Amino acid sequence: MTAQTGTTGSPTGPVTPAPAATAGRPDDRSPHGAGEAGAQRRGTSRAREGRAAWILAIPFCLLFLAFTAWPVLQSLFMSITDTRARDLRKPFSVNIIGFDNFAKALSDPIFRKAAANTAYFVLVGVPLTLVLALAAALALDKGITRFRAIFRLGFYLPVITSIVAVAVVWRFLLQDPGGLINTVLGWVGISGPNWLGDPDWSMPALIIMAAWRNFGTAMIIFLAGLQAVPAELHEAAAIDGANAWKRFRHVTLPLLRPTMLFVMVTTSIGYLQVFEEPFVMTKGGPLNSTMTVSYYTYQQFGFGNYGLASAMSYLIFVVIAIVTALQFRLLRERT
Amino acid sequence: MSVDTAPRPVGKPGQSGPSGPRSRDSKPRLGMVGSSQGSKWWLYVILTVALVAVIAPFIWMVLGSFKNEGELRQVPPTWLPESASLDNYTQLFDKLSFGQFFTNSIVVAVVVTIGNLVFCSMLGYALAMLDFKGKRVIFVAVMTTLMIPGVVTFVPLFVLVANAGLIDSLPGLFLPFLVSPFGVFLMRQFILGLPKDLLDAGRVDGAGELRIFWKIILPLCGPALATLGILTFLGSWNNFLWPLVVAQSEDKYTLPVALALYSTGQNSTNYGLLLAGATVVIVPILVVFLVFQKRFIEGIATTGLK
Repeated sequence: MTAQTGTTGSPTGPVTPAPAATAGRPDDRSPHGAGEAGAQRRGTSRAREGRAAWILAIPFCLLFLAFTAWPVLQSLFMSITDTRARDLRKPFSVNIIGFDNFAKALSDPIFRKAAANTAYFVLVGVPLTLVLALAAALALDKGITRFRAIFRLGFYLPVITSIVAVAVVWRFLLQDPGGLINTVLGWVGISGPNWLGDPDWSMPALIIMAAWRNFGTAMIIFLAGLQAVPAELHEAAAIDGANAWKRFRHVTLPLLRPTMLFVMVTTSIGYLQVFEEPFVMTKGGPLNSTMTVSYYTYQQFGFGNYGLASAMSYLIFVVIAIVTALQFRLLRERT
Repeated sequence: MSVDTAPRPVGKPGQSGPSGPRSRDSKPRLGMVGSSQGSKWWLYVILTVALVAVIAPFIWMVLGSFKNEGELRQVPPTWLPESASLDNYTQLFDKLSFGQFFTNSIVVAVVVTIGNLVFCSMLGYALAMLDFKGKRVIFVAVMTTLMIPGVVTFVPLFVLVANAGLIDSLPGLFLPFLVSPFGVFLMRQFILGLPKDLLDAGRVDGAGELRIFWKIILPLCGPALATLGILTFLGSWNNFLWPLVVAQSEDKYTLPVALALYSTGQNSTNYGLLLAGATVVIVPILVVFLVFQKRFIEGIATTGLK
């Protein structure tokens, strides 16, 4: 690291020509140069620029190739082989089995159950998170003028908290009997369910927890988006007699569409990969009611079924790509 | 965070000056809306109730970390500790070497953050301002991997690190995360918004390309660097799955790993220790966030993040 910083810090001494003929430089990169001398100068300056760019790019590229690009290709290859944990030492003993892993995953009842659970999590969790985030952002942006920073920090606190710490606390909150949530529900006469022990309530519990944990991110991005909504439009609409809801519906919301798209896409992608919540809270139980695709993939990896796990992870990727494309379609076209 | 955005109309340099204008635009509006603040007291009530609901788990956690086992098992649960003590914390650091886990977490998070800030801003600058062969290829490769979920690379990455003999070592914990496509994208977007004249001015003054980057561009990237720095630090500090499989002996554990293993291991019955551990995990990031909060939010507003 230090070596790298050194390289960047030092100017390219010997290569830098004397700053004599500076007048022509700003034009250097325009396609229509001026005369032969200009062309020549442009050539050396371009070469210099290219060399500098590559010096800047090399460290990233090396790390990127090793730890991102190579694993991506490798897992693509693994997904069509029968690679298992014991094959790691002798990589040439694996067989190419085509799409068998994909077929196996898709016909596995637990994988299907996991896919259904993940869909449930996304379809309920994403709207819930977005509504909470938008409500909080609107209240903080328009509604109040004081204590903004405190509310913002408070709402953002769950985002910056380690999932492991969250899990420790939420297991307490969700206990039955005696958990904080059921105690509070008891005050208003509701006897709360055994959240994590009941297959019908375990997924809702995780969804509530995920919404609590993630709405802060979306809120911050919405806040940034709201600042770009010009006040004049609101004023004009108010003068025309539009009430707050109409102004929100017809002024704010359309202008917020790009932000909405971004938040929706990123939240959906995150939720489609839901892993940590079931991992720390339920281990996929009870009765696989919180088994998600990512968690099941992780389990297969743990069992040493590398080929199968890779195929499953590519299935997630395909779904993510499709969902992302769909959302772009839906939210883009009407702008 | 990482994704979408590839097809977005990125980079119209100069469409809106360097950084500030957007937030400055909004100021008069806020003042004006404030004129109706008298009628908004109910909003404060709602927001306060919401705030209490959101942070109640934290308050309860911190309070709980000072309670003894007996009290924590009471039904119904108590709020304020009946007899507050620091026993849980002393035990955490004396018996369970949480100091070591803490150090590991800090080292990994700091190295990863510095790596991302340096390498991603370097390439981000090259992609935004310079012309070179291979630029398109790099950009397309980076944007493509932005779309690929972490689970895809997890297995081969583990195999790679295992083959390199880096399992159960600190480099094994931080090397794979030194650069991120997301970081490059964020830095590129921000630098695209800087006026290109800066570059020409630097060249006229005879500064080398790298010097222009280091002395002129980088100092202007404050908000973007703050955003990337905080996101990276948080991500690394809270990263759980990777250290869980890579760190295998106790002296390599990071805080989340230690906490997770203790909460399911033989100490799972000791709630006081767990709550104290959970508190220890949160405090440092809270400090980081409090210090950089303003720049962070500014950064989100002025980079291509929204």
